[in-house]
Amino acid sequence: MGSSEPTSCETIPITVEFSGGLEMLFSNKAKHAVAVPSIDPVTNSPFNIGHLIRHLVDNLITDDRTDLFVLDDHLRPGILVLINDADWELEGEEEYEIQSGDAILFVSTLHGG
Amino acid sequence: MDGEIGNGVMKTASNGVNEYENRRLTDDEFDRYSRQMIVPGMGKEAQLRLINSRVLIIGAGGLGCPAAQYVAASGVGTLGIVDGDVVEMSNLHRQVGHATSRIGMKKVDSLITHLKDLNPLPTYTPHPFHISSQNAADIISKYDLVMDCTDNAATRYLISDICVLLQKPLVSAASVQKSGQLIVLNCPPAQQGLIDKPYPPCYRCCFRKPPPPSAMVTCGEAGIMGTVVGMMGVAQAGEAIKILASNLHKPSTSTNPSAPPSENLCQPHLLLYTYDLASGIGPYTFRAAKMGGRKKNCFACGENSPSTLTLEGIKGGNPNYEQFCGLNAASTTLLPKEERITASAYHQAKVKGELPEHILIDTREKEHFSFGSIEGAVNLPFTTLLTKAFKIKRAGQEEGKAEDILPPQAKEVSEDAPILFVCRRGLDSQEAVEKFKELGLDKGGKRKIMDIMGGMKAWKDEVDPDFQFI
Ligand SMILES: [Zn+2]
Repeated sequence: MGSSEPTSCETIPITVEFSGGLEMLFSNKAKHAVAVPSIDPVTNSPFNIGHLIRHLVDNLITDDRTDLFVLDDHLRPGILVLINDADWELEGEEEYEIQSGDAILFVSTLHGG
Repeated sequence: MDGEIGNGVMKTASNGVNEYENRRLTDDEFDRYSRQMIVPGMGKEAQLRLINSRVLIIGAGGLGCPAAQYVAASGVGTLGIVDGDVVEMSNLHRQVGHATSRIGMKKVDSLITHLKDLNPLPTYTPHPFHISSQNAADIISKYDLVMDCTDNAATRYLISDICVLLQKPLVSAASVQKSGQLIVLNCPPAQQGLIDKPYPPCYRCCFRKPPPPSAMVTCGEAGIMGTVVGMMGVAQAGEAIKILASNLHKPSTSTNPSAPPSENLCQPHLLLYTYDLASGIGPYTFRAAKMGGRKKNCFACGENSPSTLTLEGIKGGNPNYEQFCGLNAASTTLLPKEERITASAYHQAKVKGELPEHILIDTREKEHFSFGSIEGAVNLPFTTLLTKAFKIKRAGQEEGKAEDILPPQAKEVSEDAPILFVCRRGLDSQEAVEKFKELGLDKGGKRKIMDIMGGMKAWKDEVDPDFQFI
């Protein structure tokens, strides 16, 4: 994507994936190559998962139902975030600073059977 | 053959945990389990552990059927099954422990009929009702390991809480449409509230809050591939067998630290399975995500949990699982009466020729639409509608743009002809009306936009009983 405003800082390439039905909100595509700024232009701090979530809502989402992804500026309950295949709680949640080549997976938790 | 002899008398070890004496397997057992027992890591001891264990499967559906088949076939001694439903035809593409000849039978009885034929050696215990806050502890206390094969969030939190309090390992799986998830929780079980060293997580540690009801998807709405849920059920059985054969189901208490939990159980992996019907090359994806251990602040198992979660509390309705999962709040009426028409009123007006020229939009997904709709309806799937609406909004509502969302057939009617929506059960159609009005397509009231109440379900109930409703 890489449609963020041009800033002086460079961008870093990452992979963002959606699963468990969330892909429906992102052009029905599970895997996206995304370029994000290394410094968040608003807060001027290293780009973290919290910034990424806002970035995805501003740039990548293709569905009106943003409340299925974010509620009150945070990820809605019932979505797990996996940073390079580890629960984001092990990595600092929204504070985790994104590194080049990271694979970030958003999974909606399932309850059916 | 192994030369040891014994009679299988149970003795109680000093730590209060029941241990079985090493005994000779019966000829039946020996013959039946031989291929499994010679697998490296199994052997006679592991098989005897299986024979002496009691497993509870909650839910006799798409997960529970394959899970029960493999657990029963592997030779566990006692298998309890909880389910209050009866077998329906629409279950059978995935619930392969039932049978066409047993439609209408209680699922627990149907599944046990199948299992007894597969393996008559285990003791099967039917619990022919749904698990509830009132009965959960009594049932679960009779077993060594619990398999969550249920279909809703509220029950999943209840089962996990009871497993924490009774110190039972929980093998939990879930599946909807083309995805599946699996995780082993609370294994080996540790006393509630202990946080002095790493302990395994419970369901709440991993999934602290349920999604809002609007984001919860059921198999009835989204569909489910039999092989996907089946794969998860089989994997669930595999985990249960592994735990029992390795003796990891016994609680490791501070007085009996006999089984120091290994790191990979204190930080279990969540297995994620995705199956893609549209992809020819990559038919499926498995991935395993590392989860955290027991959380200090967990409501059910953390430091202060003994004061927040108790067996007595649960029995008395605290916590309230339905409320926690927001099940009481869901509203199903969004539109005022004037913007709605019943299925039968629409039909009668049409028969009498009183229906003005209009356009009828069916917002179900194209797979649903492929089985038919109301005569003259055009298909605009809800997700497509929302995506288009979103694009229009983002581009700014310039003159004419909003019209792009209308299906091509709209050009065949006059430009103020009413627009009617119909969906599956009557919720999406109301949202579609609101969305169209937001886009200004009602031209300030000049053009009527309405929905057919209750969707195609109501159409089948009120107008056309032969309609093939899914
Ligand atoms: Zn917990």
